[in-house]
Amino acid sequence: MIAPQPLAVTVNGSPVRRFVEPRLSLADFLRGDLGLTGTHLGCESGACGACIVNLDGQPVHACLMLAVQVDGMRVDTIEGLSDAGVLADLQAAFHARNALQCGFCSPGILVVAHDCLASWDASGTVPSREAIRDALSGNYCRCTGYEAIVDAIESTARARRNRGVAA
Amino acid sequence: MSAVADSPGAGRYIGRGLPRPGAKRLLAGRGRYTDDVVLPRMLHAAFLRSPYAHARLGAIDVSAAAVMPGVHRVLTGADFALLCTPWVGTLSHFKGLRSAPQRPLPTDKVVWAGQPVVMVIAETRAEAEDALEVIEIDFEEREPIVDLDAARAPDAPRIDADAPDNVLFRTRIEAGSVADAFAEAEIVSVDLRFGRHTAVTMEPRAVLADFDPSEQRLTVHQSTQTPYQFQDLYARHFGLSEARVRVIAPDVGGSFGMKLHLYHEDMAVVGASLLLKRPVKFTADRMEAFASDIHARDHRVRARLAVGPDGILRAIEVDDVTGVGPFSAYPRTSAVEGNQVVRLIGAPYRLTEYRADLTVVAQNKVQMSQYRAVGHPIACAVTERLVDLAADRLGLDPFEIRRRNYVTDDMYPHTTPSGYRFEKLSLATCLEKLHDLMDYPGLRAEQAALRERGIHRGIGIATYVEITNPTPAFYGVGGAHISAQDGCVLKLTPAGEVSCAISITEQGQGSEAIIGQIVAEGLGVDRDHVRVLTGDTETTPSGGATWACRGAGIGGETALQASRKLKGRILEIAAAILQAEPGTLDIRDDAVTDADGTPRMTLREVANLAYYRSDLLPPDVSPALTVAHHFAPRGYPFAFTNGIHGSLVEVDVETGFVTILKHWVVEDCGRVINPLLVDEQIRGGVVQGLGAAFYEECRYSETGQLLNGSMGDYLVPMACEMPDIVIAHVETPTLDTELGAKGCGEAGTAASSGAALNAVNDALRPLGAGISQLPMTPERILRALDVI
Ligand code: FES
Ligand code: FES
Repeated sequence: MIAPQPLAVTVNGSPVRRFVEPRLSLADFLRGDLGLTGTHLGCESGACGACIVNLDGQPVHACLMLAVQVDGMRVDTIEGLSDAGVLADLQAAFHARNALQCGFCSPGILVVAHDCLASWDASGTVPSREAIRDALSGNYCRCTGYEAIVDAIESTARARRNRGVAA
Repeated sequence: MSAVADSPGAGRYIGRGLPRPGAKRLLAGRGRYTDDVVLPRMLHAAFLRSPYAHARLGAIDVSAAAVMPGVHRVLTGADFALLCTPWVGTLSHFKGLRSAPQRPLPTDKVVWAGQPVVMVIAETRAEAEDALEVIEIDFEEREPIVDLDAARAPDAPRIDADAPDNVLFRTRIEAGSVADAFAEAEIVSVDLRFGRHTAVTMEPRAVLADFDPSEQRLTVHQSTQTPYQFQDLYARHFGLSEARVRVIAPDVGGSFGMKLHLYHEDMAVVGASLLLKRPVKFTADRMEAFASDIHARDHRVRARLAVGPDGILRAIEVDDVTGVGPFSAYPRTSAVEGNQVVRLIGAPYRLTEYRADLTVVAQNKVQMSQYRAVGHPIACAVTERLVDLAADRLGLDPFEIRRRNYVTDDMYPHTTPSGYRFEKLSLATCLEKLHDLMDYPGLRAEQAALRERGIHRGIGIATYVEITNPTPAFYGVGGAHISAQDGCVLKLTPAGEVSCAISITEQGQGSEAIIGQIVAEGLGVDRDHVRVLTGDTETTPSGGATWACRGAGIGGETALQASRKLKGRILEIAAAILQAEPGTLDIRDDAVTDADGTPRMTLREVANLAYYRSDLLPPDVSPALTVAHHFAPRGYPFAFTNGIHGSLVEVDVETGFVTILKHWVVEDCGRVINPLLVDEQIRGGVVQGLGAAFYEECRYSETGQLLNGSMGDYLVPMACEMPDIVIAHVETPTLDTELGAKGCGEAGTAASSGAALNAVNDALRPLGAGISQLPMTPERILRALDVI
């Protein structure tokens, strides 16, 4: 087996240095080495979206990346995004609409929704429900039936748009 | 928005669509699921699984594995033989039900592909998996028994060599004279097949056992909905003191009935911790989940319905054959699903002539057992398909034939031919409400217009009757250690806040939220001042926990009664201080008040007094501000809920693809405690039922290999495939409890696949085609259309 490799990465704004086995996935690194258990593993094969985190600002499947691949990059997990407050309105909408039950899928869905909302906002559009459902095509939720999730994302998009227009 | 609208007649909290306090934590990534728990000196388990569906187990060579890096122990069936008593999935009220004894790991044979055979315990999961690769096992392959009908043939090879055949259980229900009814009526019949599917909880099964030999204490963190049941199982089968076994179910990432069965891996992990005296964790990966989580359904139902020329249903005759895997699941048995199918068929209708046969068959597939809405979707689809066929035969509208045949409002209490007793249902009211909600005439007109243009839409409806609030009649009478009662311990803290420990559990449906609402209302305190604790056998009173829709109906009533008790205590203490009669006082907004609402003292003052200045209380007044209450339903053996679904689909006759355009639900779960949560429970349930109707199927090869055991191959409904779901409520509270709540967790799943089946057939009918197999895949639809 190949010896552990050095890894330097910025996680949720803080520099982190570790030695990791080359086969260690980014998800296992975040969960196991750093205790960032908000990143969930539902399939470990890129199908369910529970493990999605931001890598240099782009959503990626943490189960499909190796930890060594993110050397020198910036990772933001649900914990960091929550603490930074950038998801606050989205999380409040999810909460008000009960857009989660067990919550296992929620971190991945929030990271994806956050990314989509940014691009919808940048283009000045409020997405249709179909567009939102489409954007969630990489995220399974087994509990909710999705409708509340779509509602929460839609209302956040509308609120951000209105704020943008007002500003 | 209906979801957050208040329930009619809502109290201050009961009936309000309030968000769940605990959900904020989950949204911030601060959930604590079993796999998140890390203990000092923790080791990890991995299992070598059988590649064969049926084989004799020969020599097992683990010597190379035992010396692999990081490996602490390699365990086989023999290591557990003396440690743990075997378990048998039978219950005495299912007379004649047979099942082979189970042990953590097998010693002589394997009976499904994916069965765990050898366990490796290592420093990391990866190291444990490395070691699996160098284990050698001599399997001597045997003929697998896979097909339902082949398995029950008299000359079929047997899974259990000691058994006379592969039939684990048979039962017949008979009422009235079916033969006479059929002799003089129109007859419609179905031969329906329901595929196997599985729960696919987003969080896979996980268990972390920690045995401390110095105190003989076992602590198990486990992703389950029934911690008390597991406390009993671990204590009994490992010979431990029950008081020293603690089961903690922290956040649970979905369960749907799947995580209340005992799995071989659970027992192996507990056994390994006992042997190694260290914490041992096992978290199933998704492939293991597909191969070893219970599967659901797997029925072939042939049924006939006799209907008079007046459109009145005369009789139903049913033959249900269900395949349950190699043995009956423990501790709830795999006979319950089929039993509910044959008892629920025809339930909403006035019928006196009824006969049903159930045959429960063993196969070399993973165990089949309870999953959301046990038996209901099968019973509902069979009944409602028959009723639609009868309507079609007589030229009646689907709404009209139901109107003519439902059990009527003046018939309650009503007993079905299969022996279920209904306190009161609201069938006709729900039917009419659905008719309006769907704008049924409008839909029919639109359907006809679109047909002219070659667009094939179908409209289907399906009525369900759902068993909730189970009493000991469900499992207890059969000898199972499964509690039908719940317990609640309520305390007013020294600061005047409320702590509530309750035995029902939380898997995201909002148990904690509704209990908080009930206690806040029952006590007269602010919801924010109530903290609810669940899911830990050491800190909450024993009880049944959350299954079969009993959380609100039984747990909720327990909490309400407990809050009455605590209120009595508070008022007794306050009355002593205020020199008033307790009966003239009340509690509102966290203060003891006069009957007219004038505040006299705050709860904080009462609590301060009782805890710190009990010397000021008269000697005959106890300072206790903690009360315990247990409640078990005593009236009807079960509470029955009812409702009706409507489904609108469009079938592409060239590709066989079905688009689900819209779904409607009218449901009656008695008193609605939190409409926001009830609606989302129902929507989630509908989607699981639509998954069964169109996508989900565990497909096996002839040799018993699961062919689609990954999330890439097994289809789970996605956001883009699911419609918006319209929900309306009727409230018929049960009079058996003060709260009046029944259950709502299965209502979505119970009838959505039946409604979809009727909708697709409605679309196919003008084309002279019909479909009778779930899931209704494009291929099956094209076959039904004779295109392929
Ligand atoms: S765990 Fe990464 S996509 Fe499922
Ligand atoms: S809330 Fe449970 S999986 Fe989405």
